[in-house]
Amino acid sequence: MGISPNRLRRRIALGCEGSANKLGIGVIAHEDGGEAVVLSNVRHTFVSPPGTGFLPKDTARHHRAFFVRVAKQALADARVSVADVDCVCYTRGPGMGGPLSSVAIAARTLALLWGKELVGVNHCVGHIEMGRAITGAENPVVLYVSGGNTQVIAYAEQRYRIFGEALDIAVGNCLDRFARTLEISNDPAPGYNIEQLAKKGGRVLLDLPYTVKGMDCSFSGILARADELAALMKAGGVGPDGEPITAADLCFSLQETIFAMLVEITERAMAHVGSKQALIVGGVGCNERLQEMMGGMAAERGGSVYATDERFCIDNGIMIAHAGLLAYETGFRTPLEDSTCTQRFRTDEVFVKWRR
Amino acid sequence: MAASETTQFAPPQVLTYDPAAAPPLLISQGAEGRLYKTTHVQRDRPCVLKYRPPKPYRHPILDARLTKARITSEAKVLERCYRAGVRVPAVYALDLVSGWMMIEWIEGMTVRQGINDWLGERPEIPPSPEDLPDDAPLIDAMKRIGAAVGDLHRTGVVHGDLTTSNMMLRPQKNSQSSGQPEVGDGPKALEGDVVLIDFGLATQSVSDEDRAVDLYVLERAFASTHPRAERLFVNVLEAYRGAFKKASSVLTKLEDVRMRGRKRSMLG
Repeated sequence: MGISPNRLRRRIALGCEGSANKLGIGVIAHEDGGEAVVLSNVRHTFVSPPGTGFLPKDTARHHRAFFVRVAKQALADARVSVADVDCVCYTRGPGMGGPLSSVAIAARTLALLWGKELVGVNHCVGHIEMGRAITGAENPVVLYVSGGNTQVIAYAEQRYRIFGEALDIAVGNCLDRFARTLEISNDPAPGYNIEQLAKKGGRVLLDLPYTVKGMDCSFSGILARADELAALMKAGGVGPDGEPITAADLCFSLQETIFAMLVEITERAMAHVGSKQALIVGGVGCNERLQEMMGGMAAERGGSVYATDERFCIDNGIMIAHAGLLAYETGFRTPLEDSTCTQRFRTDEVFVKWRR
Repeated sequence: MAASETTQFAPPQVLTYDPAAAPPLLISQGAEGRLYKTTHVQRDRPCVLKYRPPKPYRHPILDARLTKARITSEAKVLERCYRAGVRVPAVYALDLVSGWMMIEWIEGMTVRQGINDWLGERPEIPPSPEDLPDDAPLIDAMKRIGAAVGDLHRTGVVHGDLTTSNMMLRPQKNSQSSGQPEVGDGPKALEGDVVLIDFGLATQSVSDEDRAVDLYVLERAFASTHPRAERLFVNVLEAYRGAFKKASSVLTKLEDVRMRGRKRSMLG
């Protein structure tokens, strides 16, 4: 699992994540042999009413209100005492300012209260390391897709290099906002409900822009066109087959188009670096249609796709604990006076000392 | 990039019509599609078949739409360049439904290989200034690259993926009338016309920004592929400046693009 085996004892970390609308706290152990064991993984999600998104101030308030409850639950589930914990890890960024700082302050408080070291973690690196640990993918091309990020990443020389990315809004943001247009539920997640609706579509494929440039892509124009089609639907418009357009048709067409784009840029990166493994991480990575399409592409190239389920795909505390503990084991610490958070923190800024 | 392990692919149907012809040779397999060497109409007329196979993971309607749009766009760009006298492969034939395009076979080696052969085992830092080898043929080749890119941009096309692997050095016909082997012999390695290839990401544009990004991509690719010749890259830009009227404003824009930096730090 990329962890050097020459360790003497079991290490335990508590990870705190709150960069968007999920508050997640988890406890992980790295065994003597280097194996990572999930001891607990507790999450509480701030769900906004249909037709609306989550605002930073409301989300931050949610995280502050639930932090203590979730942290206690995580410790209880893990059956560890405070004395067993080696370090407290928290998300330094990227993400929404308000929610990030609420959780950073809480993590700092725990560290001072318990007398533990702090480790600030890059959220994207957390996703990647968790995906690798769970799936066992050795050196994959990573597609990181969530509400705030869309990146195609490969590891080279101590950094996760970004080969391609969304030039405007993230793919998950495109889906979230389209769910708002359709005023469908945000519970458990807007993307999940779009996926369920899309399963009822398939009769027609509506024309949407397809915006890939090399290994980069763009989603704002697609969202604008999908919104136009939704307005047409509400006005009783018909599709290419003369039948009325339905929300299922819209969700199906949107998914087929944007996932084809994501698979294409991943394939280009795989050809570029000569890799046969694709790993999907981030909240959108739960989508089974995306996993299926990626699997088809990887199989054609003689490789395979690695993906995880909602426990690890969607933001969680475990991934922060795991990536933080990997850094901690190489001697990395975040001194109290530097324990800030930042909305902008690129994946390739992190020096990945724990990999060869 | 010969892909012996990928020969399990069945060639596209168009390559099976003439069983007596020499078997098509798969020369590369990228994310975009496959390249075959075959012949066009006459058996002594070599050509490249660029085949974009259907992608089963993609919705068939979307797949057909994309294949059609991409072949059309690439063929249009090549045609535009060819008519304007820019050195590019000529388009022989295409089939938008089956997803292939036949283009002229360009003789010679890639610029990448030519430069690497020329640089040979030379150390990165010469032992002393007097030992600096005579780089005149390399400088001359760089100037031909700059002129070729300038010609392309003057025509209203940006390539989108300029690297030294996407440029060929085509030997000039009249100088090779003796019929003797022509490639690889030391000083001759960098001779020939620079021919641009692979227009899969090309677009029609006359904006300074797009042209400057094109040059920047080439500059970055050059630095990573040929670090030992990086200091000579100025010759490319110098020749580019002389290639068309608006070149100097593109080079001014290039300064901005460099300052801004590309967000991606690993390209080419």
